[in-house]
Amino acid sequence: MHSETVAGLIAGLKARKYSATELARGMLERIERAQPELNAFISVEGEAALSAAAAADRLLAAGGAPPLTGVPIAHKDIFCATGSRTTCGSKMLANFISPYDATVVARLRAAGAVVLGKTNMDEFAMGSSNETSHFGPVRNPWNPACVPGGSSGGSAAAVAARLVPAATATDTGGSIRQPAALCGVTGIKPTYGRVSRYGIVAFASSLDQAGVIARSAEDAAIVLRAMAGFDERDSTSVDAPVPDYVAGLERPLAGLRIGLLKEFFDQGLDAAIETCLRAALEVLRGQGATLCEVSLPNLPLSVPTYYVVAPAECSSNLARFDGVRFGHRCEKPRDLKDLYERSRGEGFGAEVKRRIMTGAYVLSAGYYDAYYLKAQRVRQLIADDFARAFAGVDVLIGPTTPTVAFELGAKTADPITMYLNDIYTIGANLAGLPAMSIPCGFVQGLPVGLQIVGAHFAEERILNVAHRYQRETDWHRRAPEAYR
Amino acid sequence: MSLSRSDIDNIARLARLALSESEIPVYIDSLSRIIGLVGELDRAATDGVEPMSHPLAGQKQRQRADAVTESDQHELYQRNAPQVIAGLYLVPKVIE
Repeated sequence: MHSETVAGLIAGLKARKYSATELARGMLERIERAQPELNAFISVEGEAALSAAAAADRLLAAGGAPPLTGVPIAHKDIFCATGSRTTCGSKMLANFISPYDATVVARLRAAGAVVLGKTNMDEFAMGSSNETSHFGPVRNPWNPACVPGGSSGGSAAAVAARLVPAATATDTGGSIRQPAALCGVTGIKPTYGRVSRYGIVAFASSLDQAGVIARSAEDAAIVLRAMAGFDERDSTSVDAPVPDYVAGLERPLAGLRIGLLKEFFDQGLDAAIETCLRAALEVLRGQGATLCEVSLPNLPLSVPTYYVVAPAECSSNLARFDGVRFGHRCEKPRDLKDLYERSRGEGFGAEVKRRIMTGAYVLSAGYYDAYYLKAQRVRQLIADDFARAFAGVDVLIGPTTPTVAFELGAKTADPITMYLNDIYTIGANLAGLPAMSIPCGFVQGLPVGLQIVGAHFAEERILNVAHRYQRETDWHRRAPEAYR
Repeated sequence: MSLSRSDIDNIARLARLALSESEIPVYIDSLSRIIGLVGELDRAATDGVEPMSHPLAGQKQRQRADAVTESDQHELYQRNAPQVIAGLYLVPKVIE
């Protein structure tokens, strides 16, 4: 059962090949066995899962069950779920019990999904290796000496290790796509505003978006369909109809215009990764797609732009952690200022403090115009570059990451080295575009990700391209040996 | 660009973060590097470019009607508070 896709599980449950309870129990056992090596979960919610699975079995027996009834999933621990601990990977929220549901959590529950637990992540989603988590790093199922990527490292590792067929995730600068690439799974970051962010702990509000990590584009389409759509509780949620992502998957690729991002292939891309990408492009060309090179001249400024905008917004969003209303509080504060400063100094980890301080600096008196306003101008130039590109092509394709998974500790000494992992993924966040990563090969036994970027609200199209590729290839079906 | 000890002290004060002595040299070094990295933005010609106000062109932040939509659930919410007495959040004395 554990190697079944979401689509396969839906069929298996409906045909009563196994019950939701058997399924949940089997997956919980796998999680328990994998946890000492991978540390993919912060909380495993076995009791709640089994009671949800029992309810799913009753619904399945009664008929008329919603589409995901009995399908086990996990939530990144950034999503609030009523009565469940939501830590965001931080000491600050180590004991926070959410009093309410994120809209995504509520929608997936209404769709019948059974939540097995909350996945590990970089603290407050700030990191590219899952090494900043207060609850310890996650390890890559393909090679436990390596990182799974981040910040949704737990979700990606859990899906890769067949602990759940799909997991929710969030992406501010690459946090869905980069770990999906490094763990050899499929991840989609939808258009800004496509999925409600109500109940998701905020990091950088002009960039954050929720999505899904699964093992195929078809599974991602099934889960995203249940998550997406307008929510009046999120003021950035866009009121536009959600297409049936599954119905669009089989569309032939004849006539598809693919733009190859020149800047991505130029910027120090590993030659072995490039070989995988070129082979993947041939598969798409074989189905009738045409390729052309596209230049986005301002794209190389994505990383510096991001490291002004994201820290600025993070310093503002994380101001709410004051040791008063919720979260960590220091012992014996001398006065209110001491309460704020020590609660925050103790509750936040090193990388989160670095981002808050970077943000405080770029927003401080005398620097706002030089940094924040300048970055938002460059960001507009980058978005304009993308808009021009989409006038001539349907999708843009490039690598997801500059390298395959690296060893734990390899990039922790210098934050800039770590930040450059997201060099190819940040652009889509800055421009609010939907983007995916799908597996397209291996280098030294570690998975390689192919990135597909679409125009605003073109989730259906990028899922279609990914699905047609996955019909012709089996990279997405490979499993790490220890977790088959 | 290199930040000084007093820059870091000032930023930490603005951000309400207590730093230990051992953290300070680390942040002097890494923040200096980050400020150097973002300094690359100076290369971009942005005269006449409006700063982005929303990632989706033409979209504006929606505003809701100024109407009460939530019921009082302060007891539920205060379960996560470090210190509460009689429905009030407790903080150190602020007025002598």
